[in-house]
Amino acid sequence: MMNLGMAMITADRLVRLAPVDLVIVVFYFVLVLAIGFYLKGRSNTGEDFFLAGREMTAWIAGLSFLSANLGALELMGWAAASYQYGILAAHWYWIGAIPAMLFLGLVMMPFYYISKTHSVPGYLKLRFGEASRALSAICFAFMTVLMSGINMYAMALVMKVVLGWDINFSIWVSSITVAVYVTLGGLRSAIFNEVLQFILIWAGALVIPVMGLIEAGGWKALQLKVAQNASVEYTHLWSTLGSFKDNPMGIHWTGIVFGLGFVISFAYWTTDFLVVQRVLAAKDLRAAKMAPIIGAAFKMFVPFIVILPGLLGLAVLPMKLTGEAAAVASGGHSYNEVLPLMLARYCGPGLLGLGITALIAGFMSGMAGNVSAFSTVWTYDIYKALIKKTATDAHYVLMGRWSTFVGVLISILTAYLVMQFLSIMDYVQALFSFFVAPLFGTVILGMLWKRATAAGGFWGLLAGTVSSVGMWAWVKVDPTALRYVALSSDAKDMAENMYRGLWSWILCVVVTVAVSMVTKPKPESELVGLVYGATEIPSEAEVPLYQKPVFWAVIVTIVFIALNIIFW
Amino acid sequence: MRSDGTISIWFFIGVSLLVNGVLIFLAGLYQLSHPPAVKVVLYDLHASVWWGAILLIIGLIYCIRYNPNRA
Repeated sequence: MMNLGMAMITADRLVRLAPVDLVIVVFYFVLVLAIGFYLKGRSNTGEDFFLAGREMTAWIAGLSFLSANLGALELMGWAAASYQYGILAAHWYWIGAIPAMLFLGLVMMPFYYISKTHSVPGYLKLRFGEASRALSAICFAFMTVLMSGINMYAMALVMKVVLGWDINFSIWVSSITVAVYVTLGGLRSAIFNEVLQFILIWAGALVIPVMGLIEAGGWKALQLKVAQNASVEYTHLWSTLGSFKDNPMGIHWTGIVFGLGFVISFAYWTTDFLVVQRVLAAKDLRAAKMAPIIGAAFKMFVPFIVILPGLLGLAVLPMKLTGEAAAVASGGHSYNEVLPLMLARYCGPGLLGLGITALIAGFMSGMAGNVSAFSTVWTYDIYKALIKKTATDAHYVLMGRWSTFVGVLISILTAYLVMQFLSIMDYVQALFSFFVAPLFGTVILGMLWKRATAAGGFWGLLAGTVSSVGMWAWVKVDPTALRYVALSSDAKDMAENMYRGLWSWILCVVVTVAVSMVTKPKPESELVGLVYGATEIPSEAEVPLYQKPVFWAVIVTIVFIALNIIFW
Repeated sequence: MRSDGTISIWFFIGVSLLVNGVLIFLAGLYQLSHPPAVKVVLYDLHASVWWGAILLIIGLIYCIRYNPNRA
């Protein structure tokens, strides 16, 4: 999805805002800053600043958990993917998210929450020791600010193409706004604004599928039009996945189920601190378990505002959208512009401003998520652990505020660096994926297997990460190696990422198990609150059925299965 | 206001929906009385009017329900 910005750099301005649209956009900036200033006085302790006082309800934590992931590049990128590949893109919202989110809520959250860790690297410290924490914290902090800068640059490009805004103006205004409200109010401010942004994204984007379905004549008529303009496979989720060559994405169901549905999605949704941090802010264990389940319930319906507009674009847009190179050559529009094109198609003054605000809100929620997670990991897992071990709580809060500010500055520098060297976007995207899959192997073994040792955890994580980097470099140096890494010389980038993640996860697990078997485990008394079998999970026997997380997880699972069958 | 003295996030959301709803609704009404030369697709459905009205009503409900001055 990172190619989105690059693709749009050559396009013309798509929409022109009326004064009322500008008022709506300006009002949004004023409101998020007002929330930051209002919450300034409520972030004086470390617990307040880094974990929002651990007092968020399940709803707020759950919506924030989802919103931190729902950036505008995500919205526009997956709308483009659905125009290009059809409804297959919805797999990234359903099997590529829902099982992992439910697993986080029901199985992993008790250990994250009961251990009272501030972060995912903090959990590794408690379970596997300082070396594992240092490795994961440094990788995470480095990658997070780089990703934040890349997203910022891509956002500025989108604003330039869609609205004709100057790139420097977009970068500085959005980043200063995020820096102000996160520095002032910490995680609580980030979470409040993420919930606001989540609502605005829906309010601004929901018009497109509603109007689109009216214009197309309903779902059945839409399917017919898509079949005429593209192919009948574009509206089928599973029935075309029996063979690589039968579907627009060139993918097999095993890749979707095991690569995406298991390793990639579980790795991202259960160990990426950017999203997990929101759930750690929940007010109690039951809220912490419910938050990802609430997030999953809403996640299931995000394709309505992301995937459906892409399909509607296939059905109703008068022009044919093309790949980036063809769009540049012909002066036409690329896949990546499908969402703004649909927005401009149906939205007049006022609605257009809200739609643009939804995109800006998406960008800013993603950036705020990155810098608040960076600030916590830097302060607790790097600065406090490795540089200044003893200081007052106020000192660490001050460090948190400064690291937020510095994190934004590094992001801005990254954005300008990317402007000079566009290929950095591809490298950093790949680098980020190196680390997440093995981290999931380390964390899940740590939580579920008492025998896993500190040495096993560290060497497994290191081996998984190094092997992932190695496989990526191997294919870069010798492209024919793709047939070994991705099992096919025809594999596309997405397939390569999935298989690389799968192999690095397996290697991490194998090395962790092997090293653990020959090293001395921790005594069980030191595993209390950290590992299954050594931790007493509070009973929910007295809780009414409708308040039990497992009840709602079953409901979500039923809807999830129904959606997959309906769109089979 | 909540028991701990903070304004609920839902109040801020109500304010946002209310202000946006009013602006979009009024813009829709203006377009009704002054139809633009270049119209969006399905202009005759007047999406700005009903969508603005929906946001306005939801925003108003949230502003009242989570009003900080309410006991």
